[in-house]
Amino acid sequence: MSEADPAGTAAGNGAAAEAMVDVRGVSRTFHRGRTPVPVLRDLSLRMEKGEFLALMGPSGSGKSTLLNLIAGLDRPTGGEVIVGGSAIHRLSERKLAGWRARNVGFVFQFSNLLGALSAERNVAVPLLLTSFSARERRRRVDIALEIVGLSARGKHRPRELSGGEQQRVGIARALVNDPALLVCDEPTGDLDRTTSAEILDLLVALNRDHGKTILMVTHDPVAAERASRTLHLEDGRLAECGHDGTIEVPVHEPAGAAV
Amino acid sequence: MSSFTLISAALRRKKTRTFLTFSSVVFAFLIFGVLSMLQTAFSMGAEIANEDRLVVRHRVSLFQLLPQSYEADMEEIPGVVDAMHMTWFGGVYQDPSNFFMQSPVEPAEYLDMYPEILVPEEAKLRWIETRNGAIAGRALVERLGWEVGDRIPIQPTIWRQQGRGDDAWEFELVGVYDADVEGFDQTQFLFRYDFFDEARSFGRGQVGWFMVRIADPDRAPEIAAAIDDTFRNSAAETKSESEGAFAAGFANQVGNLGLIVTSILGAVFFTILLVAGNTMAQSVRERIGEIGLLKALGFTSSRVQRLVLMESVTLVTTAGFLGMVLAVGLERVLRPALAAYFPGLFLRPEDLLLGLGLAVVTGLVVGIFPARRAMRLETALALRRL
Repeated sequence: MSEADPAGTAAGNGAAAEAMVDVRGVSRTFHRGRTPVPVLRDLSLRMEKGEFLALMGPSGSGKSTLLNLIAGLDRPTGGEVIVGGSAIHRLSERKLAGWRARNVGFVFQFSNLLGALSAERNVAVPLLLTSFSARERRRRVDIALEIVGLSARGKHRPRELSGGEQQRVGIARALVNDPALLVCDEPTGDLDRTTSAEILDLLVALNRDHGKTILMVTHDPVAAERASRTLHLEDGRLAECGHDGTIEVPVHEPAGAAV
Repeated sequence: MSSFTLISAALRRKKTRTFLTFSSVVFAFLIFGVLSMLQTAFSMGAEIANEDRLVVRHRVSLFQLLPQSYEADMEEIPGVVDAMHMTWFGGVYQDPSNFFMQSPVEPAEYLDMYPEILVPEEAKLRWIETRNGAIAGRALVERLGWEVGDRIPIQPTIWRQQGRGDDAWEFELVGVYDADVEGFDQTQFLFRYDFFDEARSFGRGQVGWFMVRIADPDRAPEIAAAIDDTFRNSAAETKSESEGAFAAGFANQVGNLGLIVTSILGAVFFTILLVAGNTMAQSVRERIGEIGLLKALGFTSSRVQRLVLMESVTLVTTAGFLGMVLAVGLERVLRPALAAYFPGLFLRPEDLLLGLGLAVVTGLVVGIFPARRAMRLETALALRRL
């Protein structure tokens, strides 16, 4: 995607064969006191550019941990995480922050907008990290709000918006720096069925029309159905799911192998 | 939109709490301003004192009299250039609340001793021509609504007139003096010593204290000792000291003002550190998720630290600035109202600058720990608080 097109239209859904995400033999162990608690063990995952992948699994299965590793919010205990060609597990804290600002858009369960700022100012927050001119920032905010269908609500404060609209503003904020990868952690978890469907429609459109690669963690099978592929994570293992919800291929990937 | 937008948003997040913290800091700096003014008022005498002037008083107390003849004796002492005398009159004009300092002086000697005082030539001549003539400071004249030519009756409390019982002394205001030194007492009422000495019912030839000008300020202790030696074992021994030491000693009669003011300010600012520090700590604690979000969006840890620190500095510095502005406003009101009691009551530019510097430092100290906490937050853990 070019700067002139923050949402991007260059790549279609699954059009490219190059991997956007390449997780190789990753493990992540936390410590509870002195007791090690392994959450992910020797896990591998490959996502193609332009893919929309849903990640499901029970609470505590490591979905968010995996998402954090791919988004550069956490570091693996072992293995490699390569996103967009960058081995992000090797980057320093500072470089990793810069990489996130340029390459990843975050959508959370709650929109987490700053209550004192208008919608358009919330969307503009990631642009504080750029050297764009005020005019370019303005243009990007306008485009991002247009994509999520909230051009007319830019001046409104979060409390003046519905839950669905707030989540749309959150998505616009994720898009404004034109990242190639969107990571969504339970993006519909706090919304009713109708609003959830609208948000999912928007994510599908971003994937299909703007070529965004999307990794979505969800508990909701209906939401997962909208993705092009669904993986199930349980006991630190990944399995491919069918759209009828059945786990088709329980697999444990050796290091370096891809799903 | 800039980083300041984020700082402003953070401060507006809990408006009531921010307002209360802001107000407490404003009042702290207002107190700082007022106490600074008071300290200046009490220490002004010492600050504007001339290094080449000594005060010679009775060894026992300021209110014991000395022979006027000492003046000529002192002028004989090597190093002494000139000497003049003053006496506490202590009269009442209309009402005891109209307090101001009155003293008989020898006009020419007084004006020579105090070049800071500005008196029009015409008034000087009138003073020399008029036996009961008096001059008064601008602040006093304005406060009491006098005009040159007015007859000023002053009721005696110490110095009655010979054969006239409790009758008031009557003076004619022949001039108004100004001063070219900030803080110089412009509330004095000065009249002629020869008129006073002839008319008083007792104590003729006795005066309150002497002002002595010396040639070399570096020799002040030596000359002061020589003066005291001259009158040792006489009926009226003297105590001589520099004008600054005399003024400081006079001010300290109400206590060690510097220590009192410093103690109060220490307590006030310690409280402010706790109040504002608690606000900032609480604010960061409540925004852990938000801080995690900023980090996820790409804000580096050091940038987050700077944001929190700037938030703290903005809060305290803005409030401190407002507090100092209010103190200046209060000075404008208090200065004319209290000119009779505190002629040196004003906020010095260096105290204003000190206040603003203190505000910045307080803001940094208040913000440093919350800022470090924000910096150290692990992004993934912080995001769980969203």
